[in-house]
Amino acid sequence: MIRNGDANAAGTHPRQLVLRRQTFFRHGGVIALMVLLAFNVAVTPNFLQLQTLFVNISQVSTIAIVAIGMTLVIATAGIDLSVGAVMALSGALAPLIFGSAFGQAYPVAGLILAFALPLLAAAGCGLFNGIIIGGLGLQPIIATLILFISGRGIAQVLTNGNLQTFSNPAFSYLGTGKILGLPFQGWLALLIAGVVYWFVNRTLFGRCILAIGGNERAAMLAGVRIRLVKVGVYVICATLSGIAGLIVVAINSASDAARNGNLMELDAIAAAVVGGALLQGGRAPIIGAVLGAVIIQLVKYTLLANGVEDEVALIAKAAIIVLAVYVQQARKE
Amino acid sequence: MRSALDLDLRRYMQGDANSMGVWIALFALIVFGALRYDNFLSLYNISSFLNFNSLFIAISIGMAFVIMTGGIDLSVGSVAAFSSVCAAYLSPFGLEVALPGGVLAGMGFGLINAVCVIALRIPPFIATLSTMLAAKGAALVISGAQTVSVDWSSNFTKFGMGAALNLLPWSIIAVFLVALAAWLVLEHTPLGRTILAIGGGEEASTLMGLRITRAKAFVYMFSGSCAGLAGVILASGYGAGQPLEGLGWELSAIAAVVVGGTLLTGGHGSIPATVAGAVLLGLVFNILNFENSRGTISLSAYWQLVIRGAFLFLVILFQSHLHRRVRK
Repeated sequence: MIRNGDANAAGTHPRQLVLRRQTFFRHGGVIALMVLLAFNVAVTPNFLQLQTLFVNISQVSTIAIVAIGMTLVIATAGIDLSVGAVMALSGALAPLIFGSAFGQAYPVAGLILAFALPLLAAAGCGLFNGIIIGGLGLQPIIATLILFISGRGIAQVLTNGNLQTFSNPAFSYLGTGKILGLPFQGWLALLIAGVVYWFVNRTLFGRCILAIGGNERAAMLAGVRIRLVKVGVYVICATLSGIAGLIVVAINSASDAARNGNLMELDAIAAAVVGGALLQGGRAPIIGAVLGAVIIQLVKYTLLANGVEDEVALIAKAAIIVLAVYVQQARKE
Repeated sequence: MRSALDLDLRRYMQGDANSMGVWIALFALIVFGALRYDNFLSLYNISSFLNFNSLFIAISIGMAFVIMTGGIDLSVGSVAAFSSVCAAYLSPFGLEVALPGGVLAGMGFGLINAVCVIALRIPPFIATLSTMLAAKGAALVISGAQTVSVDWSSNFTKFGMGAALNLLPWSIIAVFLVALAAWLVLEHTPLGRTILAIGGGEEASTLMGLRITRAKAFVYMFSGSCAGLAGVILASGYGAGQPLEGLGWELSAIAAVVVGGTLLTGGHGSIPATVAGAVLLGLVFNILNFENSRGTISLSAYWQLVIRGAFLFLVILFQSHLHRRVRK
C-alpha cells in the first residue's frame, strides 16, 4: 500500500524467503494496527463505543496532519523539530486576534484573520527554517532547534504565559464540529492527506522532493532547484503544524502556550517512520503517515485506557520509535 | 564530500584556531561585567556562578566528544535527572557510594545509546531522542514523580554545597578534573585521535583499520557518565533528586560545544574551548540577571527562551561562516 518512489521493493522477488520478509516489512504497520485493534476489543473496556471513536479521531487528526508535513521533510532527508513550537505559536495567536478590540468589532473579519494570520506566522517559521537549511546549508536538526526553543518562548511572551480561554462557537467548529456524524478535523486530515498525496505523486515539485532525498547531488545535476524545493517543504510542514495548533486550541476552547504541541515532534517523527518514511530520505508515504499516526494514537489510548502510568507510557513510546527505525533500517539494507 | 584529507593535522589546528573567537568574547564579557557591576568579581558571585554552571560544563564536555564523532546526544538532560534521583536514593550511604552510583546510572543510559547507535545502526539523533524519553520515564517511575530528598546527615550535600579550602565548590573541582582527563584523552591518546578521525570520515577511518566501534562506544558512555555526574551535582547542590529537571539541557550543551568552535559535522574540536563556550553561555545569563537587578531591563523567564534561541542562531550563523572557511 506504500508504494511512492520505492522502486526496489517490488513485491515479486524470486526468492520466497526474501519475499516473505519484505511482505512483513511492507505490511508491518497494518499488522501492528490489527494486533492493536484486536487487543483493545478483547481487553479495553468500552472500546467498541462510538465515543471512543470520536475521542481517537479528534486526537489522531492533529498527529496525522503534522506527520504528513514531517513525512515531506523527512523525504528530503531532513527533520523538523520545531513543529510543536509552531503549533504553540499559531495556537496562541488565534485567540489574541478574535479576542482583540478589532476582532470584537468586526467578528467576521476577525475570524478570517484568526485563521489567516496564525497560518502566515507558521509559514514564516517554515520560511526561516527553510532558508537557513536550504540557503545556508545547515544541518536540519540544529537549524530547527532554534525555533524549537524560541518558538514556544515567543508564544509565551505573546500571552504572558497565561492560559487564554474563550467562547467563540464559529472558531471552535474547527475542533468540535461534525460532518456526517464524524469530527470535522478528521475530514480535514483526510482532505489534507489526499491533496498532499496527489501533490507528491502527480506534480513536478513532488517528484523533486523525492529526487532530493534519493540523491541530492544527482538531483542537483539533473536541474532540480534544491534550495527552492527545501524551502517549500519546510514551509508546508510548518503551515500544516499551524493548522494542527489551531485545531488543538479549537478543541479545548483554550490556548496554553506551554502545553500546545508539547512533544508533538516525537509523535510526528514516530508516525512518519512507522508509516514507512526512511530517515535517509527518498520516500514519502503519505497514506503510511496517516496509518502511523493512527497506530501511535492507538498505542497511547491503549496504555491510557488500561491504566498504565504516563511515565511507563513514555518508555513504551521510546521502544516503539527505536523498533520502528530499526525495522526501517533493515528494510533499507 | 569529506575525504581522508580532513584527517590532516594542519586542518585540525585550523579548526582549533577558530575557537579564538570564544576566548575573545569571554574575556570581553568578563571585563564588561567587572567594570559595570560592583559585585561581579566578588568571591560569592564567582563561586555561585561556577557552582551553578559546573553541571552544564560537565554535560558539554561529554557532548563535545559525541559531536566530534559526528553524532549527537539528546538524552543528557533526562539522564542527568534520572541519575540525580539515583544519587538521592544512595545518599544515606555517603558520597563515596552516591557519586559512583549516579555516574554509573548515567553510564548505563550511555551504554543503551551506544548499543542502539553501533549495533542496531539507528541514527544517533533518533536513538538518543528515544533514550531521552526512556530516561525521563524511568526517573519519574523510580521517584514516583516526586522530588526525592537527600540524606542531610551524610556527607553527600558537601559535594554540591561545600567548598574546598573555603574557596571553590567541590563540584567545580570534580568537573575540572573531568575536563583535564578529557583533554588528555583527546590530545594525547590514540583513542582521542580515533574519535576525531571518525568525525572526519567514518568510512575512511574503518578502512584505515581504526577501532571505531570501541571509540564510538566510549563517546556515548562518556557522555552518559558526564550527564550522570551532572545529576549528582544537581542532587547534591539542591538537596533533592529532581526527576523533572533537565529540560533543554541538551540544547545548552550543544550550544556550548558549538560556541567552543567544535564543528557539528564532526572531526574538529577542543575541550578547553568547549569549557569556555559553556562558561560564556552561563555568563550571558549571569549578566542578564545583573542587568535585570539594576532595573535597566526587565525580562520574564519566557524572554530567556527567546534569547537563548536567538543566541544559538547567531552562533550557528557564525559557525557556518567558519565552516565555509575551513572547507576552502
